Amino acid sequence: MSTFLENSTLFRKVLMALTGLFLSVFLIVHLAGNLQLLLPPDQASIQFNQYSKFMTSNLLIKIVSYVLYLSIILHAVLSLIITLKNKKSAGGGYAYDKRAKVSNWYSRNMGILGTIILLFLIVHMKDFWYEYKFGSLPMDAEGNKDLFSIVVSAFGEPLYVVGYIIAFVALGYHLLHGIFSAFKTFGAYPSRISSLLYFISTGLTILLTVGFIFIPIFIYLKYHIA
Amino acid sequence: MKIKLKIWRQINAESKGKLVDYSLDNVEEDMSFLEMLDLLNEELILKGERPVEFDHDCREGICGTCGLFINGRAHGPLAGTSTCQLHMRSFKDGETIYIEPFRGGAFNVIRDLKIDRSSFDRIMSKGGYISTPVGDAPEANAVPITHDQAESAFDSAACIGCGACVATCKNGSAALFTSAKITHLAKLPQGKVESRARVLKMVEQMDEEGFGHCTNTLACQVECPQEISVSNIDRMNWEYNKAKILGKGD
Ligand code: HEM
Ligand code: FES
Repeated sequence: MSTFLENSTLFRKVLMALTGLFLSVFLIVHLAGNLQLLLPPDQASIQFNQYSKFMTSNLLIKIVSYVLYLSIILHAVLSLIITLKNKKSAGGGYAYDKRAKVSNWYSRNMGILGTIILLFLIVHMKDFWYEYKFGSLPMDAEGNKDLFSIVVSAFGEPLYVVGYIIAFVALGYHLLHGIFSAFKTFGAYPSRISSLLYFISTGLTILLTVGFIFIPIFIYLKYHIA
Repeated sequence: MKIKLKIWRQINAESKGKLVDYSLDNVEEDMSFLEMLDLLNEELILKGERPVEFDHDCREGICGTCGLFINGRAHGPLAGTSTCQLHMRSFKDGETIYIEPFRGGAFNVIRDLKIDRSSFDRIMSKGGYISTPVGDAPEANAVPITHDQAESAFDSAACIGCGACVATCKNGSAALFTSAKITHLAKLPQGKVESRARVLKMVEQMDEEGFGHCTNTLACQVECPQEISVSNIDRMNWEYNKAKILGKGD
């Protein structure tokens, strides 16, 4: 494993890009699934709980989910290796430094944005994934575990909603740099292809960020204010 | 015009350096930045002090020897301009100017503002050339090549190896330099032949020298005096991934 990760700088970046893009594809599926939460209450409850059951019992999806856990771990481990090595390669730094002008702040702070995402993931997995698997959940009318009601009650707490929004803004900036950077790491070189991929990356980032931010706000307003 | 200077002074690679204050009273706007430093050195020599050492050679923007970190930016405030092409009219009367050496883990300060960039030479020696001995320069029209191809290869070949890309990179990555050399040759029929072996060897040397990972912040292309595009890095990544998957091809 260590020689595998000690391979070239370019190879490490390819692994980073592969795991990052895989996580991004997962996010598309995750968002699409979560959009069911926006359905009328009765339908949303039944359908979301059925969907949750399917996602935790289907064998193929189980395999994909293990690849997903591995990807997150590999992505985080690589990010640590890359960030530490880069710190060393940068040399001592400058007494007077105006380099912030020549690149985007989020492209320089992927590690910090990623750490925010990681902290969020721990809370998120604990509250929903762990609860669903190991907690004692109520059952819905169809006899499925009622994750829907857990989700709805979690977002009744304004601070919890705000925490989610902060995490998704961090995710948004992480992806704004990350997705396009990943394509560049693969070698998207003719400028026409590069521009097309920039368009796709940015569009996908906006879609994911707006989508994920919208859901907790929607639930808070619909189930706890109205 | 009058200016104040804060210049990095360091005896050798082992010693610790520090910023030292100087001031100059009769600087002219039309002086180049390096002429301003010459003026300072004349004064220092007359006073019996050790002059400030800095790298320079052609002083016409083509050799890549000069390279100073001026007011927090590689090669100073102007875009597409090497240090020797910068003039004092780009600064205000009475301004304080910070001058530091280019930094990067693979660049060591030799003395004051002079740095060791031999790591670039070692990367070049691993494949920044065509290994077939072709004798005299062949007839230029013997190899069919379009005008656009030639221009595009020349855009990559314009890299003067000054190291501004490394100096400005938060990761101390030499991706822009190395990729420009790889891409220049990959774009031409003569260079294509060895391109897979070349990219593997040059990247290996780049890593061995201790340069960091490229994380595509794109700062390098902003500071490059020759305006080398980061699309060269995309091309290097492509060539590298291809070579990793398909093998060296020889
Ligand atoms: C769902 C979660 C995540 C997604 C979708 C994601 C996505 C991505 C993508 C697509 C890249 C670009 C790879 C490249 O430039 O080649 C990337 C880079 C990176 N990610 Fe993540 N990431 C996630 C979570 C994390 C976490 C948890 C961390 C850290 C603990 C992290 C840290 C980094 C770092 C340091 C980089 C390298 C940045 C760079 O190239 O400048 N990411 N991520
Ligand atoms: S001295 Fe030759 S490029 Fe500046």
